[in-house]
Amino acid sequence: MWDKAQLEARWTGWSERLDRFKKAIRPFQRRILLFLSVVGPGLIVSNVDNDAGGIYTYAQSGAQYGYMVLWSLIPMTILLYVSLEMCSRMGAVTGKGLSDLIREEFGFRVTFFLMALVLIINLGNVMAEFTGVAYAMDVFGVSKFISVPLAALLVWVLVVKGTAARVEKIFLTVCVVYLSYVVSAVLAKPEWLIAALYLLPPQLVRLIPEMKPIIHAPPLNAAYFLILAGLVGTTIAPWQHFYLQAAVVEKKVGPRQYPHTRNDVAVGSISCMVIVFFIIVCTAATLYAAGIHDIDNAKTAAVALKPLAGKWASALFAVGLLNASLFAASILPLSTSYVVCEAMGFESGIDRKPREAKIFYALYTALIVIGAALILVLPSSWQNGILLLSQVGNEFLLLPIMVVILLLVNRRDLMGEYVNSKGFNWVAWISTAVLIGLTCLLLYTGIASAFKPAGQ
Amino acid sequence: MDLYATELMGAEAWDSQGHFVGRVREFFVEPAAAPNRVSHFLLSRGRFQPLVARHDQVASVEPGIIRLSVSERLLEAYQPNEGWLAVQKDLMDQQIIDTSGRKVVRVNDVELSPIKSNGHVELRLVQVDVGLQGAVRRLLQGLPSALIRKLQLSLPQASIRWEFVNLIESDPLRRVKLRITHEKLEDLHPADLAEMMEQLSAAERQSIIASLDEETAAAVLAELDHRLTTQIVENLDPEKAADILEEMAPDAAADLLAELPKETSDELLEEMPGQEAEEVRELLEFDPGTAGGMMNPEFVFVGEKSKRDEVLAWIRKQDLNLDQLDTIVLLDELAQYSGSVSVARLVLADPEQLMRELRTEPLLSVDPQARDKEVFELFDKYNLRSLTVVDQENRPVGTVTVDDVVSRLLK
Repeated sequence: MWDKAQLEARWTGWSERLDRFKKAIRPFQRRILLFLSVVGPGLIVSNVDNDAGGIYTYAQSGAQYGYMVLWSLIPMTILLYVSLEMCSRMGAVTGKGLSDLIREEFGFRVTFFLMALVLIINLGNVMAEFTGVAYAMDVFGVSKFISVPLAALLVWVLVVKGTAARVEKIFLTVCVVYLSYVVSAVLAKPEWLIAALYLLPPQLVRLIPEMKPIIHAPPLNAAYFLILAGLVGTTIAPWQHFYLQAAVVEKKVGPRQYPHTRNDVAVGSISCMVIVFFIIVCTAATLYAAGIHDIDNAKTAAVALKPLAGKWASALFAVGLLNASLFAASILPLSTSYVVCEAMGFESGIDRKPREAKIFYALYTALIVIGAALILVLPSSWQNGILLLSQVGNEFLLLPIMVVILLLVNRRDLMGEYVNSKGFNWVAWISTAVLIGLTCLLLYTGIASAFKPAGQ
Repeated sequence: MDLYATELMGAEAWDSQGHFVGRVREFFVEPAAAPNRVSHFLLSRGRFQPLVARHDQVASVEPGIIRLSVSERLLEAYQPNEGWLAVQKDLMDQQIIDTSGRKVVRVNDVELSPIKSNGHVELRLVQVDVGLQGAVRRLLQGLPSALIRKLQLSLPQASIRWEFVNLIESDPLRRVKLRITHEKLEDLHPADLAEMMEQLSAAERQSIIASLDEETAAAVLAELDHRLTTQIVENLDPEKAADILEEMAPDAAADLLAELPKETSDELLEEMPGQEAEEVRELLEFDPGTAGGMMNPEFVFVGEKSKRDEVLAWIRKQDLNLDQLDTIVLLDELAQYSGSVSVARLVLADPEQLMRELRTEPLLSVDPQARDKEVFELFDKYNLRSLTVVDQENRPVGTVTVDDVVSRLLK
């Protein structure tokens, strides 16, 4: 038996040991907390990427061209990482948002026209999100005249009541639904080796004689370039750059914590593209293989999930689409109003009262109301067009944004030692040149096919 | 009639002989000479070297046109000068602090008032435009100014008088040359200043903290987001940082140092005077989640047998932060904790009353290892304003005050 004194001695011994242990792990605790506090924006940005416009564009590209669009994923991953990394670096070093920097360095007019473009293109994206809501709820037999106004109201209230940050976590969790594409792709038993070969540009692979019979080259026409532009625009959407830089500033990331953020951006970019790879392979192995080349509603798109979910495929797809649409719809109008108001010098922020920040609240409300109303007013046959063209609009806007980012990030008076390295600059400018090339090809083939006499 | 900077940019300049000289591309204020007078106009002439017109060489100024009182030959060639504040480059589109509205705002346009004096016209900066009117003028800049003025009539006006404008310049040398002081900022409440600083860039924050007096800087740092505080302190000159830390309450200084890398915090402690550094070091030993990690080791204590009047007389002589003083700790002959007295009771007591008779009941204290949750519960249960922390011999080592509790709860 222990007597009391012995017990007490034991007890103090243990509690001392516990204290020592606590002291020893304190530095690590702090480091882990620090990592968790900076990690996140990159992952969120890349996840929001797979919004309604994104899902549609990926699925449509897989259905229309099979594996023949896969080669674009590697250059797109590079461009995504390069452009987001520059923005997060600018946020960490300058502590200012992208639109603030544009205003200070390029003056009022450039800012005004750029912001006008951002506003129009982002309105297109908001419309795409509400189209996603309409499509998803259509699967459950709910008319868009009920689902879209409800979704608009929900999003508006969520943000204005300040509950958005908490709900964001729910949205982020439901994003796990995308993993069903990975499983479904595996179950559909695609030819993985061939899919992997398509990760290189097919035109180049076909130069090897043995490859000619297995690898098909895509037709280089306006429709193909339109899909490519849509893919680029949805993956590397301009608004993500504003959002990411603002989030980095908001999280008070400084140059010392910056390496964590860079890892976060890298993980986000790569994981996003892996999901995109599986979505395209999955739709290619199901829809394209079955000869369905046009996705006209959510049920068709859901066929891609049949190998996994069978008759529940439509419901699974609808839940994922609804979640993605609402997630993006709760971030996009808000981030747009922030960006525009900060650039133009209007009071902004949800923590301000509507009376203090009239323009901010007006813009935010207008984006949601107009976006939702247009979806109700426009004929349903336009909805696919809205989904794809809003993403192509992103690609067009990406050009000036990339140029502006590159000019800013190389300014030594702003960035000091954190300007781009020479190699990084090469990669970034070449990517921008490729973007310009793609846009020119799209415009050229588009105009050429518009003027081609009918029947040829 | 007042003029706007947008109406002057691009204005034609004509000399006394009626020759066209060039167009106004920029104009400057020389704060060393006069704080709000436009001192020089930069006139560009295409591929020729730009000229500069001094304020006493200008005969009249109207929207879009400037007439000089001298001939072109008397104008000097333009030489960049760091001591000149360029209205277009340094002011337009930049953020400034509005010290009357306590906000960070962006400049859309600048309003100038012409003043006639012996044969020439001087322009003085009257106010900066931060509203829609200025935005519209910037957008339509180049159109006839009569038209723009008509258009903007219906728009709301938002402007800040020049004397309330506090410029932000991150380069310390340039700041001295431009005579930018932050005296006006020192009159603001530190919490307001901290909130404004969160909207600025890292370099700008750094520059403001570096130029404030140590006392204000310490108060602002205590209010800032702790993630920003560590960034600022790390980038400060260690001597200055130590001076600021010395002004902070030891518990706030300890919280700040705990976030810094070991080498930096050791270096700063070395720089601080012995006694303050010792207090902070002792606090750093405590786990931040305990009463010891929350407490402030500087508190006011008197003997329990002193009379009310003696205590008041003693307090008058001390250099204390009276806004924060609401409780006085009592000690007995063995220097052990024997209670605390609220300042309100002290005020209303009789001159001869002993401090012991004014004690607040019940007698409460915690030991430094007590978890923060336990402390919060005590504050909640007994509606405390402050709580004394005692060591194993029942000697008071510090006090936790209600503001410590509030800031912990909000974290």
